[in-house]
Amino acid sequence: MKKLLIILLLIANFVLASSSAFAGEAKPLGDDPVLEARLKTLSQDLRCLVCQNTTLADSSAPLAEDLRQEIRKLMREGKSDKEVVDYLVARYGDFVLYKPPVNNETALLWFGPFMLLIIGGFVLFRVLKKHAGSEDIQAEDV
Amino acid sequence: MKATAKFLIPLALFFVAVGFLFKGLYLDPHEVPSPLVGKPAPVFSAPILSDAGKTFNSADMRGKVYLLNVWASWCGACRDEHPVLMEMAKSDQIATYGLDYKDTDQEAQAVLDANGNPYKAIATDANGKIGIDYGVYGVPETYVIDKAGVIRYKQIGPITDEILLTKIVPLLKELQR
Repeated sequence: MKKLLIILLLIANFVLASSSAFAGEAKPLGDDPVLEARLKTLSQDLRCLVCQNTTLADSSAPLAEDLRQEIRKLMREGKSDKEVVDYLVARYGDFVLYKPPVNNETALLWFGPFMLLIIGGFVLFRVLKKHAGSEDIQAEDV
Repeated sequence: MKATAKFLIPLALFFVAVGFLFKGLYLDPHEVPSPLVGKPAPVFSAPILSDAGKTFNSADMRGKVYLLNVWASWCGACRDEHPVLMEMAKSDQIATYGLDYKDTDQEAQAVLDANGNPYKAIATDANGKIGIDYGVYGVPETYVIDKAGVIRYKQIGPITDEILLTKIVPLLKELQR
């Protein structure tokens, strides 16, 4: 009976400790929950420049923290999401965007795969058509 | 003839692809080209390091070609770069100004006292706000700014002797003309 009580106490202790730890982690960084939600959504599409495979939302680099602070400030000033993104692109370039914009520099990136698909499809079509022509050609090719 | 072409075209395409990949091996993904090159340098005023009360105004630099070197006492690569900056300071062709990024005056001054001060003046950016305007994402970074106040070159990472001789010195000569 005593053992059970100790175990129960231990469990209670653990639950309390972990819940308080969660409370600590979940503490909002800003006061305005709406603004924090906006910041979170927006910064998930932005790249942290220090650890480049991390979003600005997830990065713990000091620069990322500074930039989040800066975004909060801009949002409080009433700037739209697009204005915030433009602010960052003006300083760090298109690289901060996880989804690169369509422009002259990125045209090959955006349309290259479709061009390859068309070329590949055309080649396949030609080869298949030729081979479908007659048995003789097929034999000749081999 | 046709059979040869059939064989050669994919081979040629293969070598083109290999060429691109080979070039890619020598690109540093951490070097993100700055959109600010070719644009006016952000104007700022900031307190001068260890000279309380004095202010550095980047607007006062109009008409001068200068280097703005972003550094910090906590930055290891800055220490590697420091001897090159000291060498540059001996030349009267190069004016190097510092931007002490997210640092304390005491620590920055301690580094300068120990290793020498290559800067004509150092502006302080304790909270990193000026750094954000300049698109700084790692120190050291160095900007070459022309007489009209336009950023002409950005060096990401330490200036080496090679970069100094092949890129910065020729550019400065051209800009000072």
